Amino acid sequence: MCLGIPGKVIEIYERDGAHMGKADFDGIVKEICLEYLPEIEVGDYAVVHVGFAITRLDEESAMETLVLMKQMGVLKLELDPDAALAAEARIALDGEHR
Amino acid sequence: MTIDLSGWSCPLPLRDEPNIMLGHGGGGKMSAELVEHLFLPAFDNAALRSLGDGAVVAGASRLSISTDSFVVHPRFFPGGDIGELAVNGTVNDVAMCGAVPRYIAVAFILEEGLPMQELGVIVDSMARAAKAAGVALVTGDTKVVDRGHGDGIFITTTGVGVLADDVEIGPDRARPGDAVLVSGTIGDHGMAIMSVREGLDFESTIKSDTAPLNHMIATLLEAGVEVHTLRDPTRGGLAATLTEIAVASGVGVLIDERSVPIDRVVQSACEMLGMDPFHVANEGKLVAFVAAEDAERALAVMRGFEIGTRAAIIGEVVAGHPGMVVAKTAIGSTRVIDTQIGEQLPRIC
Amino acid sequence: MKYLDEFRDPELARTLLDQIEATVTRHWVMMEVCGGQTHSIIRNGIDKLLPPEVELVHGPGCPVCVTPLDTIDKALAIASQPGVIFCSFGDMLRVPGSDRDLFRVKSEGGDVRVVYSPLDAFRIAQQNPDRQVVFFGIGFETTAPANAMAVHMAKTHGLTNFSMLVSHVLVPPAIEAICSSPTNRVQAFLAAGHVCSVMGYADYAPLAEKYHVPIVVTGFEPLDILEGIRKTVLQLEAGRAEVENAYPRAVQRDGNPDARRMLADVFAVTDRNWRGIGMIPGSGWELSEKYRDFDAAYRFTVTGIVTKESEICRSGEVLQGLIKPNQCEAFGTLCTPRKPLGATMVSTEGACAAYYNYGRFTESEGAPR
Repeated sequence: MCLGIPGKVIEIYERDGAHMGKADFDGIVKEICLEYLPEIEVGDYAVVHVGFAITRLDEESAMETLVLMKQMGVLKLELDPDAALAAEARIALDGEHR
Repeated sequence: MTIDLSGWSCPLPLRDEPNIMLGHGGGGKMSAELVEHLFLPAFDNAALRSLGDGAVVAGASRLSISTDSFVVHPRFFPGGDIGELAVNGTVNDVAMCGAVPRYIAVAFILEEGLPMQELGVIVDSMARAAKAAGVALVTGDTKVVDRGHGDGIFITTTGVGVLADDVEIGPDRARPGDAVLVSGTIGDHGMAIMSVREGLDFESTIKSDTAPLNHMIATLLEAGVEVHTLRDPTRGGLAATLTEIAVASGVGVLIDERSVPIDRVVQSACEMLGMDPFHVANEGKLVAFVAAEDAERALAVMRGFEIGTRAAIIGEVVAGHPGMVVAKTAIGSTRVIDTQIGEQLPRIC
Repeated sequence: MKYLDEFRDPELARTLLDQIEATVTRHWVMMEVCGGQTHSIIRNGIDKLLPPEVELVHGPGCPVCVTPLDTIDKALAIASQPGVIFCSFGDMLRVPGSDRDLFRVKSEGGDVRVVYSPLDAFRIAQQNPDRQVVFFGIGFETTAPANAMAVHMAKTHGLTNFSMLVSHVLVPPAIEAICSSPTNRVQAFLAAGHVCSVMGYADYAPLAEKYHVPIVVTGFEPLDILEGIRKTVLQLEAGRAEVENAYPRAVQRDGNPDARRMLADVFAVTDRNWRGIGMIPGSGWELSEKYRDFDAAYRFTVTGIVTKESEICRSGEVLQGLIKPNQCEAFGTLCTPRKPLGATMVSTEGACAAYYNYGRFTESEGAPR
């Protein structure tokens, strides 16, 4: 019951007395209701379910989760020095792309 | 979306009637005017000009015949309209056995009240599509039904193509070891329609991919590619097509999900509505099963066409799990790709 | 897509799987109670990649599947009434009632419309003042705020032609019902991520303690699910039974306070009959008295409903995780998505449908790795 998709808020306005907006789902733009995220700003990401933004997506938290997962992999690969070097290089490269 | 009908100007005497009326389907003067002032100028060719009940055309020892009805709603959508779809769809069906499409017969069922201008634009689209595909609309029929009984316009096209004697291509000819290719991104047409469907509409740049595939097929054969099976994945999408071929040939098909080309925005639309791109219709793409050693050559041919720049090798035919299509998922596991039941519906879960 | 692609990375998936494999020492049974997670697990083949010691059991997380039969029959009866515009999420259209589904009602002339959002139904009501517009308000706590807003807006705009047929279900009572069942095998739960985005996860602490089960709030992408499983295995191996959040980017402990305020205003807790399982006390939401005027169950009198379930359908056992779909005799033969006997075969999130559509291919048939 949880088809919640991340969308980027690109516009905020009032309609029918409700706090509404437009979200960009990586190329798809749809009107969504922002009544439940009154503090959200243009540029923020939110999880959208049936046309409603239900929570803001925390960028830092997402990054932390991914880094922790990456580190789990590196810890294991440290047994193999070549693989570890390659892993570190990958993380550094990824850091550049972000 | 706003439809631009302004490019078409209505010729006298049709200009006197802004809408289709029952009389236009009656076989009398009004019908004749429609033929003389709308269909003939648009489709213009010798066979049609003779205006016989049937068209007399040159033939061949083997023919490919296909028929299809087009009822798409809305009739104008991003990237095309029902007319273009009706020509390309039948051209492609005829071409999928390796035949060269030549002639098309078209039957219109029009609803009383359909604006003449809309019909004009649709007919123009058909004429342009026929020219691009290199086929002639040689005969046709028009009926008009009472207002409220027809959803605007229904089009049925029947296509005829000639098949060279040494061409043997069919859904039952796929063999273990064959490479499976797709000529471009999947899901474009279906999602373009979704984007303008009431209740689900969204803003996007997605356009229908409707296009004729016969030139690409002809080039594949000319290049000496050993083609076993061709199919255009229309309704039911890639999933239905691969499954039908797997069943018909009694083989298994193994796909690498990550190699299937999907446009980024189409992917987003599918995510948003909870749909699987494998089940979404395509109108300008083909799936080819070719001998393994010809895979790279087939890929090069496809990529040489504007409609084939995103062509890719997506998998292979195997002897195991006959009749079943299995995909290797992005995280390295497997899942079955199956045909859906009926309509594809957006989901909330 | 940002926030999706990164959480599908195959290398990181492998890392998490290795971690799970390295941690687990004995057999554990865990359950996810979310149709979206069930769908993701089977569609990505996650269950096939897990070490055999980790057994995933699919719980009653598909609101479409657990909507009581008499509610479906009521919906069908209302949708068949002349002049009614019946709006619903796509999932519900093929769910079988006692003798037909909404698709059939549509084919017989009913005005049944698929909508993406409950607000679409509200707008349809605004645009069709002379028709009665009814919205089928199903779902877990994730969908409830959206449904609540539609009713709230109908009230503030004074719409007299809008009503909702409500059948909301709640996760914590379902977990309690499963834990307290004498045949229960489940030792840990993956809590539904987006339900917790709305409600927070404080309600799960008493359950974790009472039944000594780890409850880990989990997301939906492959990495999220693997991470949820990894944290769960760690707890089980250590003998811990706590509530943990493995989906921090989208879930805070108190959820969404604005949504919860609206929910408390619009809905009231009620006992709910879960299709295939039975009555679970306090496990549902109905419209509160303040919004009773907008309750379609009151606005429309529907009589003469005789509910009749298939006698061979075992979806109840599937929903409780007692059997796997392919252990049902009718699976794939008498019961297929084309001719479903029960709701779990209809909704793509129902475990039976997910198994049928994605999971039919097994190692024994020579699965590639």
